Formats: sequence, C-alpha cells, structure tokens
Amino acid sequence: MVDFIQMIVSGFAVGSSYALMGLAMVIIYKTSEVPNFAQGEMALAASFFAMMLLTSFNMPLLPAFFLTFVFAAALGCFLEFAVLRRAKNPNVLGMIVITIGLEMVLVGLVSWKFGAEQKSMPFPIGPYDSFIIKGIFISKLDVLTLVCALLLMGGLYFFFRYSRLGLAMKATQQNSVAARIVGIRTHGIMMMTWAISSVVGAAAGLLISPVIMNPYMMWDPMLKGFAAAVMGGMTSLPGAVIAAYMLGIIENLFGGYISIEFKSVVAFAIIVLVLCFKPSGLFAKHYVKKV
Amino acid sequence: MDMKRDYYEDVRLILSPVAGVWFAGLLAFLYLFPLFVDNYYIYVANYIAINVIVAAGLNLLVGYTGQISLGHAGFFAIGAYGTVTLMAKAGFPFLVALPSAALVAAGFGFLLGLPALRLEGPYLSIATLGFGLTITQVIGRIEFFGGREGLHAPDIVMGPWIIDTDKEFYFLLITLTIVLLLFMRNLIKTRVGRAFIAIRDADIAARTMGINIVAYKTLAFAVSAFYAGIGGGLYAFVLKFIEPEIFSLMMSIMFLAMVVVGGLGSMMGAITGAALLCWLDLKLRNILDIPYVGDWLEHLSRSWFSITGVSNIQFIVFGSIMILIMLFEPLGLYGVWLRTKRYWRTWPF
Repeated sequence: MVDFIQMIVSGFAVGSSYALMGLAMVIIYKTSEVPNFAQGEMALAASFFAMMLLTSFNMPLLPAFFLTFVFAAALGCFLEFAVLRRAKNPNVLGMIVITIGLEMVLVGLVSWKFGAEQKSMPFPIGPYDSFIIKGIFISKLDVLTLVCALLLMGGLYFFFRYSRLGLAMKATQQNSVAARIVGIRTHGIMMMTWAISSVVGAAAGLLISPVIMNPYMMWDPMLKGFAAAVMGGMTSLPGAVIAAYMLGIIENLFGGYISIEFKSVVAFAIIVLVLCFKPSGLFAKHYVKKV
Repeated sequence: MDMKRDYYEDVRLILSPVAGVWFAGLLAFLYLFPLFVDNYYIYVANYIAINVIVAAGLNLLVGYTGQISLGHAGFFAIGAYGTVTLMAKAGFPFLVALPSAALVAAGFGFLLGLPALRLEGPYLSIATLGFGLTITQVIGRIEFFGGREGLHAPDIVMGPWIIDTDKEFYFLLITLTIVLLLFMRNLIKTRVGRAFIAIRDADIAARTMGINIVAYKTLAFAVSAFYAGIGGGLYAFVLKFIEPEIFSLMMSIMFLAMVVVGGLGSMMGAITGAALLCWLDLKLRNILDIPYVGDWLEHLSRSWFSITGVSNIQFIVFGSIMILIMLFEPLGLYGVWLRTKRYWRTWPF
C-alpha cells in the first residue's frame, strides 16, 4: 500500500512538470494554432540564463529569477516577431517545421555556449530535500512544482475567461480578421501570448533544473507536456493539466507494476490509443471542418 | 511550355531527346564515378542514396498526401533490424530479407495509418512521433534484437558474389535506388498518385468524387513506410552495425527536414534535399576541419562560447536552414529551381 501511494505521489510530481510544459504549449496553440516544438528549448535557454546569472555573476536569487522571467518574455516576443510572424501563408506543417527549426537553433546555441556536460543549478531547494509522512517520501521541490502548476493553471484559466487581454486572445484565435475589425491589435496579442507562454515554460525549466541540468533536459518534459496537451484537447488549460497528471501517474504505476524498462514510452502508447478513440483529445469538443 | 496535351505526354519519363541524353549521362555517371574516386566518397554516396530512398517515401506521405510524420525513424529501425535478423537468424538471402522486412514496416505503416485517418495537425504529429519513439524503445529492449549492444550486419552473399566493400555495395544500392525512384515516379503519375494529391488538396472534396479515403491514406502510410523500411535495411549494411540509439527522434526530424528543404511534392526536391542535408551532416560533424571557417569558429568558441560544444553548431545550421526555407521559399530548393528556370526562359522580360 505504501508503495502504491508512493507511486501515486511520484506520479503527481512528474506530472506537475509535464503540466507546466503542457500549459505553455496550450497558451500558444489557443491563440495562434501553432504547435510549438520550441517550447522546451525556450525554457532551456531561460534556465541556462538563470544559471549564468547565479554562478558567473553571483547575483542574489530573487533578482536573478526576475531577470530570467524578463529574459524569457523577451525571448518569446522576439521569436514571435522575428520568425513566426514572417511566415507566408502558414499551414500546420510549415509551423511545425519552423518551430522544430527554432528548437534546433536554440538547443545548438545553448549547448555551444555552455557545453554538453551535466551542470548543477544553485537552487535553494535541493532535489533530495523531502519530508516523510507515514513512510512516504515527498520532495519539497515536487510540492513547489505542484503548487506552481496548479496556481498557474487557475490563474491562466481566469485570465483567459475574464480579463480583457485574455478575451482578446480568445477572439484572435477564433477569427483574427474580425478581431482586428473590432479594434484588437492582433500582432501585439500574439507577441503577448508568446511572452506569457515562454514565462510559464521558464518556470517549468527552473523547477526541473535542480534535478537535471544539461542541454537535453527539456526534451522529455516537452514531449510529455505536448502529449498531455494533445490528450487534453490542445485548447483546454485544465484539460492539459489533468492529462499531464494522468500521464505522470500511469507512467509511474506502469513502471512500478508492469515494466520499468518501458516506463518512458508508455505515455506515447496511451496517446496513440486515446487519439484512436477521441481524435480531438479528452476535453475538447470535436472539431468539424467545413468544406 | 509545360503544356500537356494528352495523358501519355504527362506520364512520359523522358520528355525530349535532349533530356534523354542527360538522363543517360546521369546514369552513366552514377555507375562509373565509383571507379575513379576514393572510398570516403563512395561511403558518402551510399549514405546519400539511402536517405534519398527514405526522403522519396516520406515525400509521398508529406508532400503528395498532405499528412505529417515525425516517426519515420521507427519504420527505418524496423527495416534495419528486420533485414539483419532475417539474414543472421533465419538465414534468408539478402534480396528476400530486405523486402520482407520492408513489408513488415509497411504493415506497421498501415497500422499507424488507421488512427491517422481521424487525426490532423498537432494530433497527427504527436501520434506519429510517439509511434517512432515507442518502436525504437521496444526494439532496443528486446534481447532477441541484441538489446542495447546492437547487432552486426552479416555479409551479403548473392550467388557467386560476396558484397563486403562499400564499392560493391554501392552498385547494388544505386540500382535499388533507381528502381525505387522510377517506381515512385510512376506511382505518382497514375490514378493512385492523383488520388493522393486530391486528398492533400481537399480531402472532403476528394471523398465526394469517390476516392476511398480510408484505402488511400493507409496506402500512403504503407508505401511510405515500405520505402523507409528498405532504406533502413540498406543502412544497416552501410554502418555494418546497428544499435537502438541511432534511430532517434532526431533522425525522424532530419528526414522531414530533407523533404521540406528539397521541396514538398516534388521528386527532384526530395532527392536534392536529401543530398544537401546528408552532405552538410557529414561535413559539419568535423566542423573545425573546414578551412578558414573552422579556425574562425575555434577562435569564436574559445572567446565567447565553449569549445566542448562546438559540434552543436550543426544543429544551428540545420535549424536555420529549415526556418529560412519555410519563411522565404516554402517550395524549397525545387521552388528556387523553378524560379531560375522561368527567369532564363523568359529572359529579356
């Protein structure tokens, strides 16, 4: 029983980092219908930027993190302005290729700058700090990640639903021409979306970096976060988070009871199965294309 | 100038006597050049030829049928492991093992095509991506396929010949490549190919016209997977040794990049894209050995970046190529070629 609960708890822990990445992807997809494969590497750049501030410039923690989030927002704005906006008559394949290209450029730059070897992040909470309740280990970092994920999900949900900017983002996604007619600056909205998404991704990167810090650290969370976002329907924020926790828990239970070897791929098998039965994900209305 | 007046003019392979001479010249070059160059270039040619096969297959799926696949490394792995296992463990001859393994890959392609019927955009990309990752992981964990240690490719014996050098393998490979490319070209020009193009342009309209979407979409996946399987089976003999780490997501992305850079929906595009990216890939692996640029990069790395990460410049180059092609020439190298041709034909104007 303790084993079982421990697996559920660890499932929640990994699920939180997937959830943050999933949220970041959903934000961009909601507004611009771009599946952003570069999300993980934007977060990677931000976390290495934080590490550089903390170790090379000996900055105190809070200003360093603040600057990191500013950097992440600027990076998001820049990529949207310099690359995505320049795409001529974009289709989904084109967008996927462009974001994969961005991903490669970013990972190349980061690993050229910092080298490919494992680094350590001077984070106040180490990966092994934990408290024990009735024989179950709960890592403090995981609790922090969980809280961040849930807070961000709630905050973003209300932001999209009730704030003017959030509504403008929704309008841009539904019909950008009509949105422009009623006076929404759609270009600005797009940049804002990328900035917010990049900041959410950077939060995920910072929370992952104490555990593992190398140029390939964001691959797995990004792909799983993307998988969770797809499973949740690609436009639903709570859907992405719920799917992320489902994936995390199933992954851990599968690893514990069936096969530890195939643990990392079970998420993708689930995705393929779910998509067979619900092609638009679990929490989205089925989208019917008009001729 | 590109007017087609009847069906036979459209399907004709050699458009004019001049084109026929060029075509014969190309064939002669492909068969004769290994006699004059050293071994490294034959290795490069083998590497390119294999990627051309896979790119042609992926182009059928992405360029002509309008689907997305980020999982072709999975089919490639099935082809490679299938061929080697059938030869080493079941004693099949090469020319039986290769198509059998590719047929297995095609079967998996058909299976992946089934969910793909209902998916598009990001959903399809994550499903294919997940498929590719899963296949590689599963193959890599099964002891029968050598597990993490990998497998050695046996020598190819065909009747009296034993093919154990790159040069001998090149002649086999280039023949297969030409046959497969001709088949692909003819496939696209037939009823089947036109059905694929109709599905790409408007799938609902295609269905209204009586095209069986289920059959043709799964067929596109199966044929594409077959080509990837053949490519994988041949790749095992170029490397002489296969291990699961080779067939990574990066490989799937590179295949997609080849098709996109070359130009979606054109055979010449897939060929040139594959050739360009493979050549760049081999060159950039030793980026510091390139004259002039290498020294400058070394200096730059020492002062601003890190020297241990210098090999990652190839990611930057590939990524930039993909982005720039998509932004400025969505038809890829083929689009550049079309524009140049038009410019010269209509020159003073």
